[in-house]
Amino acid sequence: MNEHAQKAAEFIRDESRTDWHDEALWFVRTKRDKASHGIPEWEELRELASQVKDNVLSNLDQYLEQFESRAVQNGVHVHWAADAEAHNRIVYSILEKHQVQRLVKSKSMLTEECHLNEYLIERGVEVVDTDLGERIIQLKEEPPSHIVMPAIHLKKEEVGELFHEKLHTKKGATDPKYLTEAARQHLRQKFLAAQAAITGVNFAIAETGGVVVCTNEGNADMGVHLAPVQIHCMGIEKILPRAEHLGIFTRLLARSATGQPITIYTSHYHRPRPDGEMHIVIVDNGRTAQLGREDFRNSLKCIRCGACMNTCPIYRRSGGHSYGSTVPGPIGSILTPGIDLKKYSGLPFASTLCGSCSDVCPVKINIHEQLYRWRQVITQEGHLPPAKRQSMKWAGRVLPSTSWYNFFGKLVSWAIRRFPRPFLYNRFNEWGKERELPQPPRQSFKEWHRQREA
Amino acid sequence: MPVKIGLFIPCYIDQFYPQVGIATLELLEKLGCRVEYPAGQTCCGQPMANTGCEQDATTTYQHFVQLFHAFDYVVAPSGSCVYHVRKHYDIIEQTEEVKRVRKNTLDLAEFLLDVLQVKRLEARFPHKVGLHQSCHGLRGLRLGSGSERILEPSSKLNTLLRMVAGIELVELTRADECCGFGGTFAINEPAISVKMGKDRIADHERQGVEVLTAGDMSCLMHLEGIIRRQRKTIQVKHIAEILNGASL
Amino acid sequence: MSRNSILAAIQKNKPAEKPLPAIPSFANGKAAPIDIFTSMVEVGGGQVIRDTNSHNLNTTIKKLFPEAKRIASPLPAVERNVDLDQLPSPGELESVDLAVVRGQIGVAENGAVWVTEENCGHRVLPFITQHLIILLNPSDIVHNMHEAYERIQVDATGFGLFIAGPSKTADIEQSLVIGAQGARSLTVVLEAV
Ligand code: SF4
Repeated sequence: MNEHAQKAAEFIRDESRTDWHDEALWFVRTKRDKASHGIPEWEELRELASQVKDNVLSNLDQYLEQFESRAVQNGVHVHWAADAEAHNRIVYSILEKHQVQRLVKSKSMLTEECHLNEYLIERGVEVVDTDLGERIIQLKEEPPSHIVMPAIHLKKEEVGELFHEKLHTKKGATDPKYLTEAARQHLRQKFLAAQAAITGVNFAIAETGGVVVCTNEGNADMGVHLAPVQIHCMGIEKILPRAEHLGIFTRLLARSATGQPITIYTSHYHRPRPDGEMHIVIVDNGRTAQLGREDFRNSLKCIRCGACMNTCPIYRRSGGHSYGSTVPGPIGSILTPGIDLKKYSGLPFASTLCGSCSDVCPVKINIHEQLYRWRQVITQEGHLPPAKRQSMKWAGRVLPSTSWYNFFGKLVSWAIRRFPRPFLYNRFNEWGKERELPQPPRQSFKEWHRQREA
Repeated sequence: MPVKIGLFIPCYIDQFYPQVGIATLELLEKLGCRVEYPAGQTCCGQPMANTGCEQDATTTYQHFVQLFHAFDYVVAPSGSCVYHVRKHYDIIEQTEEVKRVRKNTLDLAEFLLDVLQVKRLEARFPHKVGLHQSCHGLRGLRLGSGSERILEPSSKLNTLLRMVAGIELVELTRADECCGFGGTFAINEPAISVKMGKDRIADHERQGVEVLTAGDMSCLMHLEGIIRRQRKTIQVKHIAEILNGASL
Repeated sequence: MSRNSILAAIQKNKPAEKPLPAIPSFANGKAAPIDIFTSMVEVGGGQVIRDTNSHNLNTTIKKLFPEAKRIASPLPAVERNVDLDQLPSPGELESVDLAVVRGQIGVAENGAVWVTEENCGHRVLPFITQHLIILLNPSDIVHNMHEAYERIQVDATGFGLFIAGPSKTADIEQSLVIGAQGARSLTVVLEAV
């Protein structure tokens, strides 16, 4: 059994918690449906967004150069990082130059992917994640389980206990209002003391050299405008050609993510404050390689809204941690194999290929088709478990042959009818653990038809 | 009618659910179609391909094309197999025969509504019925709008069921969530697969459904397996059976 | 150097040129309804006050926030007691109870208001303040984001943003809590025209 299947089975063992998790995410999916139903041109917007991203990918080098030169003109320091290590090194060197000991961060899946926190903490920098969900999991020393709602897997009782231990809230307190207020007071102190702030980037505008960051809490801005040094870390694929394209993407993003018509704060950063310094770090870390994979490059269109997770019936019932990748869920299962195919060869199989993800995706990534394609690549590269590989080879020989097919069909039906239960339902029968096998009829359709013709 | 129709009965229907094949054939004949059933048929090749072994499936694809290319239409009571033929037979050489088969292979519901333009059916089924929207038919063949896309709601299966006298169709809390079958997924990830199935069944039960129907027997095989293990009273029937005038 | 190797890799791996689509405005041409704007601000957790003019602005503010002790605003018409020009450090603004700023454009479809650093005195003001009031001219309300971006030049100032409500979070069990890290409330005051 692959790793996802094992972890999923563990997750499901607590069925009422699984139901709770499933309902919490389905609720978000429902809010998304409601919000997008208010926009008659929704499907047109998705198509436009997809086309804009197609254009971006086909001109990415020019757009990045344009972006860089505009940003430099704006007085921004632009850095380029080929991989996670380079990214971390660049960020640390900026912090070192300013002797930064206290850093605040707002949500960034990229820095998560690069394991920036660990890197900086090892070097003596205090790193505080300031998005409430991120702060919760940081205090709990866990990775996020969702890209938009990092702590969606935790119950308020667990957050209450954690805050009691770490932030000295009242014992047994579980009221989200009370706990959020405690976090607010705690984080305000961190904002005021921070010497630098890091944010992720939702969109970068080639035409103007600015970056756009969307939050609901205002934590990115609290960090950026209080600390003297601001650093924005972005993957190369975040580029949009012009500011007018933000119209499409801001309409799609929050509605898809949480069902809000727009995030509370949509901040556009173009120049540092008069007394501040602004840096942008542009990161590759495997993205150019993915760009070269024709069948999979579309995954780079992703705007990290999380809708594919919320709609995924498997994600909802197995939790983000079951995927073992920075980005979980459907999109994670097509991005991560590009980073390490062998290690993540189980992920493209953690799907029924139901296709809900592709239809919910605001940039129309054909996620389930890419899952199907990754499966083929995994077999070609020899990462399919040998037993499965063999049985498929075998099926490949039986199924095109009418006589073999008829023979085995009969054999199976006969076996199910005749064999005693313990023989059929054993530990090798994954189907039969919680399901009955079909009851074979006396006559197959083929036999019935032959008789009828005769 | 001058057209020649080839009937494809998927392997698991042939072996385990012949009544679905029979209903499909009878229904088409009742509607005046001349239907042939090429006896050499086996499988569409999807089990291998979905496991990542589409290269092992190509001979099966060729076999399918060879058997069916001479027909004007190939009709199958399975959105999933039809989707596979149409979508994934792209890896073999695109001869005229292959192109023809890919274009003319239709799910039963598509054939009834789009080709035959059926407006009325002689069927009565006075029961509370829940429709499971099998994913490959819904999102692959676009047999309906689906709950994700912001379109005028539509569903071919629903349209057909509404032609059946006495039927009471229920509204589900989750209109088109996957049942968890997913081919080899059912065996690779049995825990989630079964949990998804249980949740689907529960949704139908909450609406008081007597009979759960779908366009794909594979979904129903999985759901029925759970229903029988849990000794529930809800029954499953392929949509072809209901449209052909089955009774309980 | 990373830069050149990244750009070279993109050049090698990128797909064939795909054109940019034209973006329709999706607006129906008629004036954007204030009612939709108002209800969308409310959806975002804020409130809208109508028909205020420069004569009764301060009365309105007092009525809304009778408890506010430290009031900051770059607008001379507002009775204020925090000097935004003489800030030893932006952290001083932590104690501001109420900030009043001008908004440039309102967006009916989502209740967002475009505000730039020039409207704020200091960039951090609309976030760090406990409560926020944005003054808006109702004739500056547009239908949707496309129209909004047509009207604004995003890089006219070093920092600008859309604000669509008070700071909020749903990170604990999806229950909505107003007042996460930023302002605890948002009031959009529509001026009488
Ligand atoms: S793949 Fe699509 S739905 Fe999933 S996170 Fe990315 S943009 Fe959102």
